Amino acid sequence: MGRIRTAAAALAGGGTGTVFALLAAIFIAVAFTNPGFFEGPSLMAFLKQAAPLVILAAGQYFVIVSGNFDLSVGALVGAQVVIAARLIDGEESRTLPVMGVMLLFGLAVGLVNGLVTTALKVQSFITTLGMMLVLTGAIRLWTGGAPTGSLSEAFRGPGRRGIDDVPLIGQIPWAVLIMIGVGAAAIWLMRTRFGRVLVASGDNELAAELSGGRVDTVRTVAFVLSGLSATVAGVLIGGYAGVSAQVGQGMEFTVITAVVLGGVVLGGGRGAVVAAMAGALTIEALFALFNQMALPSTIRPAAQGLIIIAAVAYAAKRRTRRPVAATATTNANPS
Amino acid sequence: MSLRRLDTTALIYLALAGVVAIGGIAVAIDGGNLFSTANLVDMFTRTSLTGFLALGMTLVILCRSLDLSVGYTAALASMVAATTMDGDPNRIVLGALAALLVAGLVGAANGAIVSFLGVNPFIATLGVGLIIKGYLDTEYKGPAGLVPTAFQQFGYSRIAFVPVSTLVMLALAAAGIWFLRSTRTGHHMYAVGGNIDVARMSGVRTKSTLMTAHILCGMFAGVAGLLLAARFGTGSATEAYSNLYELDAIAAVVLGGTLLLGGRGGIAGTVAGVLILAVLDTVFNVMQINPFAKDVLRGAIIITAVAIYARRQLSRTARRPRFAAAGTAADTGRP
Repeated sequence: MGRIRTAAAALAGGGTGTVFALLAAIFIAVAFTNPGFFEGPSLMAFLKQAAPLVILAAGQYFVIVSGNFDLSVGALVGAQVVIAARLIDGEESRTLPVMGVMLLFGLAVGLVNGLVTTALKVQSFITTLGMMLVLTGAIRLWTGGAPTGSLSEAFRGPGRRGIDDVPLIGQIPWAVLIMIGVGAAAIWLMRTRFGRVLVASGDNELAAELSGGRVDTVRTVAFVLSGLSATVAGVLIGGYAGVSAQVGQGMEFTVITAVVLGGVVLGGGRGAVVAAMAGALTIEALFALFNQMALPSTIRPAAQGLIIIAAVAYAAKRRTRRPVAATATTNANPS
Repeated sequence: MSLRRLDTTALIYLALAGVVAIGGIAVAIDGGNLFSTANLVDMFTRTSLTGFLALGMTLVILCRSLDLSVGYTAALASMVAATTMDGDPNRIVLGALAALLVAGLVGAANGAIVSFLGVNPFIATLGVGLIIKGYLDTEYKGPAGLVPTAFQQFGYSRIAFVPVSTLVMLALAAAGIWFLRSTRTGHHMYAVGGNIDVARMSGVRTKSTLMTAHILCGMFAGVAGLLLAARFGTGSATEAYSNLYELDAIAAVVLGGTLLLGGRGGIAGTVAGVLILAVLDTVFNVMQINPFAKDVLRGAIIITAVAIYARRQLSRTARRPRFAAAGTAADTGRP
């Protein structure tokens, strides 16, 4: 009985469990409107489309849980796709070297974000906002406004193809495998010393510093991880959807929505990376549901806005209620 | 305290003078004249729209809040004004009042979500902005309504080289300075931004102060919307929010020395911030610098400015004895 109650509290608590309950609810709604959705191929297609956002959510989680924001990821995804198209220019042999360049670029952008935020003490909101302006401007300057060149077939593989002829499912897309790999790595990382210091520095910077945690270092690494996740997402999105100047636009807000929906608290210190990724999956599932209900796509932002406010308000209510109860008990028996 | 604040504001106006001087010299070397009537008109015209938004933004940022919905609110207000006026000169006042009322209501919604539901302002106002965007995109497929010629004068007429809209902006800025310096609510805003718990314990009604700041911010966005309607001659939503005016406004506020963490700064600094951005834009325009390079420079300038402010802030906090005390306490606490 007690166990059922704790389970119910975990599901309704506005924390990690809630997002899974929400995801399940949306999946049930999807199953009602379109029973065919859960057959292998269409489920795989859905996961393939959701993979980039899930990967970005993992990267953004590291930054948010340590108490910062990364608003530059959308611009970085766009920049990476444009860089790939311009440098590869249809040559198959250049695929791997260019992917290396992209990784270095993602790493460099993350490092600059991290160092400006930690060493120069500029708030991450401003740092990454400035980075977003710099990236979009620089990329358009470099290409003269419209993206040029084209991607190679090998480059498009991870975003498009997969392991064919699997019984029942049909095809397991590479994107899904990459998503699972990134997710597993993120979960493992949060269990290491790095992960613990990261959460501690988001919860109480001074306490983490005084207990010997290298707050600035882990925060910088978090930005680098976010930059790398944007690179991987860029490869997948480029492969899946091709090159255009609009790639990545507004993605930073969608991914922050996803992470917050996963019960991760802005300002840091609370939330799990699994839940952040589940939040991304929930948003994609919701958009899939809208598609099936044939709602106009213009209504998506309104729904996204409503959901995020409701989710955060719900979580905030739950959170403020608990500490009040805690202080009441400590006041009751003064020692 | 007041001396310190004067210091920061003086620094910003010094920076403005520097930007004007360097810009003037750069344009002169290029063979132009930054201070020709046409360029001055261009410069001042640029100040009014960002100015309106930045004034309201200053109030909410002072309270340690944020408003990412101002661009959308302005778009909504311009739509309401244009459709209410519908080309009839007798309905100008009605249209303007309706626009301000709707914008104020949006601000009230933001304030209520932030202060009563306890939602992080970043998420709350982003959500409200997305809801407005969804509504506008679904309801209006293109421009709608018609603004009477008489009201279009608000967008175009000018006295000597100063546009009327800029004069209105400066008058509102003066009113804002008075409001922050001489009214109780104005002082409360600094208190709430400085430390909301201390403010509440000192008897400040923190929630209603936050509400006031958000409502005023919404109404300033409404004025910006009226200006947009007057300039376009019709209600045009996408034109208004695809330019990311909210980021410009935040940049101007931060450039003006108001701390993103609240509690310190003021409207005089914001006006200087708006002017700096306008001068830069005009200089880039006159020198025909690639528009994409503008974004890069702008991003870099904002980060640099905040880094410089952070350095000043840092040297100030370093003098506080509290960290030393905390350090020794931790030392003695060890076995």
